[in-house]
Amino acid sequence: MNKMPETHYLNATKGIKSWLTTVDHKRIGILYLFSIMFFFFIGGMFAILLRLELLTPSELYIDSDTYNQFFTLHGAIMIFLFIIPAIPAILGNFVLPIMIGAKDVAFPRLNLASWYIYMFGSMFAVFSLVSGGVDTGWTFYTPYSTTTSTSVISMTLGAFILGFSSIFTGLNFIVTVHKLRSPGMTWFKMPLFAWGMYATALIQVLATPILGITLLLLIIERTVGIGIFDPAMGGDPVLYQHFFWFYSHPAVYIMILPGMAIISELITAHSHKKIFGYTAIAYSSLGIAFASFIVWGHHMFTSGQSELAAMIFSFLTFFVAIPSGIKVFNWIATLYKGSIAWTTPMLYTLAFLFLFSIGGLTGIFLGALSVDIHLHDTYFIVAHFHYVMVGGTVIAFLGGLHHWWPKMWGRMYNETQAKIACGLIFVGFNMTFFTQFIMGAKGMPRRYHLYDDVYRPFHAFSTYGSWVMAIGFFLMAYYLFRSLYVGKPAGDNPWGALTHEWSITSPPPEHNFESIPITEHGPYDYDKVVAKSTFTEK
Amino acid sequence: MSQSHTNQPAFMQHHFSDAEQQRESAKLGMWLFLLTEILLFGGLFVFYAIYRAWHPEMFHNAHKVLDVTMGATNTIVLITSSITMALSIRSIQLNKIKQTIWFLVTTLLLAGTFMVIKYFEYEHKIHLGQLPGHYYTYTGVEGTNQHVFFSAYFLMTGLHGIHVFVGMCLIGWLIFKTKAGMFSSQYYTHIEMTGLYWHLVDLIWIFLFPLFYLIG
Repeated sequence: MNKMPETHYLNATKGIKSWLTTVDHKRIGILYLFSIMFFFFIGGMFAILLRLELLTPSELYIDSDTYNQFFTLHGAIMIFLFIIPAIPAILGNFVLPIMIGAKDVAFPRLNLASWYIYMFGSMFAVFSLVSGGVDTGWTFYTPYSTTTSTSVISMTLGAFILGFSSIFTGLNFIVTVHKLRSPGMTWFKMPLFAWGMYATALIQVLATPILGITLLLLIIERTVGIGIFDPAMGGDPVLYQHFFWFYSHPAVYIMILPGMAIISELITAHSHKKIFGYTAIAYSSLGIAFASFIVWGHHMFTSGQSELAAMIFSFLTFFVAIPSGIKVFNWIATLYKGSIAWTTPMLYTLAFLFLFSIGGLTGIFLGALSVDIHLHDTYFIVAHFHYVMVGGTVIAFLGGLHHWWPKMWGRMYNETQAKIACGLIFVGFNMTFFTQFIMGAKGMPRRYHLYDDVYRPFHAFSTYGSWVMAIGFFLMAYYLFRSLYVGKPAGDNPWGALTHEWSITSPPPEHNFESIPITEHGPYDYDKVVAKSTFTEK
Repeated sequence: MSQSHTNQPAFMQHHFSDAEQQRESAKLGMWLFLLTEILLFGGLFVFYAIYRAWHPEMFHNAHKVLDVTMGATNTIVLITSSITMALSIRSIQLNKIKQTIWFLVTTLLLAGTFMVIKYFEYEHKIHLGQLPGHYYTYTGVEGTNQHVFFSAYFLMTGLHGIHVFVGMCLIGWLIFKTKAGMFSSQYYTHIEMTGLYWHLVDLIWIFLFPLFYLIG
C-alpha cells in the first residue's frame, strides 16, 4: 500500500488566502480546474436544455427567442470559457513546467493574473446571461449583432477580456519552454505535450490580439456607429467575418492542438512503447499552427467573397489534413506491438482516434467548395465540429485529466466506474452527433427552433443520446470528487511512465524538484528504461 | 525554499537559476507582448488600408483638414523622447542614478507635451464636427463616407494615445522606484522593458503620421 507524502503543494500553505494569492503553477492549475469545470457544467446544461427542446418539431417548452439565446450561450460559454482555456490552463499549467524540469512557469505572477482576468471576463459573460442573454450566435456576425436588443456588449467585452487571459498564458508558456528547460532537456528531448503546448501558445499569442481589436471595433460600432461594418454607412459586414475568422479559425487549433498533445503522451505511456515518429509529430504541431492562419476563408464560402479567394482557401484547407494525418498514423503505429494497458486514459485515447478521424475527414468534405454549398449551415456542420471539439478535444482532455489526476491529488479514482463513464460518454456522444451528420446531409438547417416532421426521429434519437452522455458526465463528477477523499494513494508513478512528472511524489512537492533534474533518457525510451508501476487495483 | 538560494540578490525570483536567465526570460516575454501590440494595431491598419483603397479621393480630401505642423511637431517630440528613454537605460547601465532619473523625467515631460498637442488637435476637430461615424457633421470634405476617415483617425490615434498614457504611468512609476533605489547597473530590467515598449509606441506613431497627415 502506497503512502501519501507528508508535505506537498496542496498542504504546504493553508487557507483560502493562500490559494487566492498563490503563484504556484500547480495551484493555479487547480484554480482553473474548478472555475473552468463550473462553466463546462453551465454550458453543458444549456446543451441538455436545447436538445430537450428539439425533441419535438414544434415548441416544447421555450419560445424561439429563448431558443436563440440558449444556443448562443451554449456556444459562447463552451468556446470562450471552457474549450479554449481548458487544456492549456488546467493541464498545461499543472504539467508543462514539471515535464521540462522547471520549478515554475517563467512569470508566475502573470500566471495568477491570467486567472483573475479569466474570472473577471467570465463575470461579464455571466452578466449577459442574467441581463437578458445574447441571441447572435457565438460568432456575433454584423449587422445583426449591432442591431439586436440583447446584451451583445457585455458578452463581447467578456470575450475581449478572456482573450488577454489566453494571450498571457500563451506568452508565459512560450518563454517557459524557451528559457526554463532543465539541463539536458533539449528541444527534441521534450515530451510531445510540451511541443503541443508550445505550438498552441504561438497561435494564442499571434491570433488572439486580432479577436481583441475585432470585438473592440464591434463594440464601438454598436455604441458610437463608426461605419466600419454597417453597410448603411459605407461599411462592410463581410469585413467583420474576415476579421472574426482570422482569429477564430486559428482558435479552432488552439482547441485541438492541446488535445493532440495529450494523446501523444497517453498513447505511449499506456502502451509502454516508444512513440513512433517523434520528430514528425513535433513538427506537425508547428505545421498545423502555421496552416491555421491561411485557411480562414473556408468559413465564408457562401458569404460573398470572390470565387478565386474561395478556390484558394478551399485548396489550402486540404493542407491541414496532412499534418493531422501524420499524427494519427504515428499514433496508430505507436500502438502496434505495444503492451497496451486497458486503463481509462487508454480508453479515452482510442475513443479520440476514432472520433477525431471522423471529425477530421468530414472536415475535408466541408473544405471542398461544391460539397460545402450543399452542407453549409446544416446539422452536418454542427456534427462535424462537435466530432472535432468534443470527440477530439474534450475526449482528449478527459483522458489527460484521468492520466494526471493521481499526480494532482495523489489519489486514484475508481477505475471500474471511470470505464463505465467513458463508455457512456462514447456511446452517448455518437448517438447524439452521428445522427446529426445524417439529418444534416438530408438538409436540416442548423440553429432552427422549429423543424419539419421528417427530421423528428433523428432529433429524438439525438436527444436520447445527450441524456446518455449526461449520465456519463455526472458519474464522472461523482467518482472524481469521491476519489479526493477515499481514493487509494496512487504512488509516484501509477502508470509506469517516463516523463519527469512521474519521477516526483504525488502530489508533487511545493517547488517540484528537490534538486535540478538532469534529463538522462528520452521521454519515451520504453525500449531502454523500465519504469515500474506503483499502483495496483488490489 | 532550498538552501542554495539564501545568498541570491533580492531581485532574484526563486524559480530562475541565475540573473541572466531571469533577464533573458523577461526580454523574450516583452518582445512577445510587443508582437501582440503590433497585431492589435494591425487590425486597425487593415481597416485603414481597405477603406483608403475604396475611397482614395475622399481620403486625400479629408487629410487636408489635419494640421501637419502639429503632427510634425508631435513626431519630433516623440522621437526625442525615444532618445531620452534610450539614454536613461544607458545611464542606469553605468550606475548613474541621478542622470537616469533626469532622463526619465525628460521623457515623461516630452510624452506630456505630445498629449497636450494631441488635446488641442482633438479639441479643434470636435469643435468643427470632424468626428467618427454618426457624429460627423462637418461639410468641408468632398467625397462619400467621409466619416470613415475620421473613424480611422480617431480610433488609431486614440488607441495610440491610450498607449502613450500607459507609457507615462510606467515611466512615472520608474522615476519613483529609481529614486527609492530599486535599480542599479546590476538590475534594471523594468527600465529596459519600458524602454522597449516606449520605442514601439513611438514607432507606431511614425507610421500613423504619414498615413494620416501626408497623404498624396
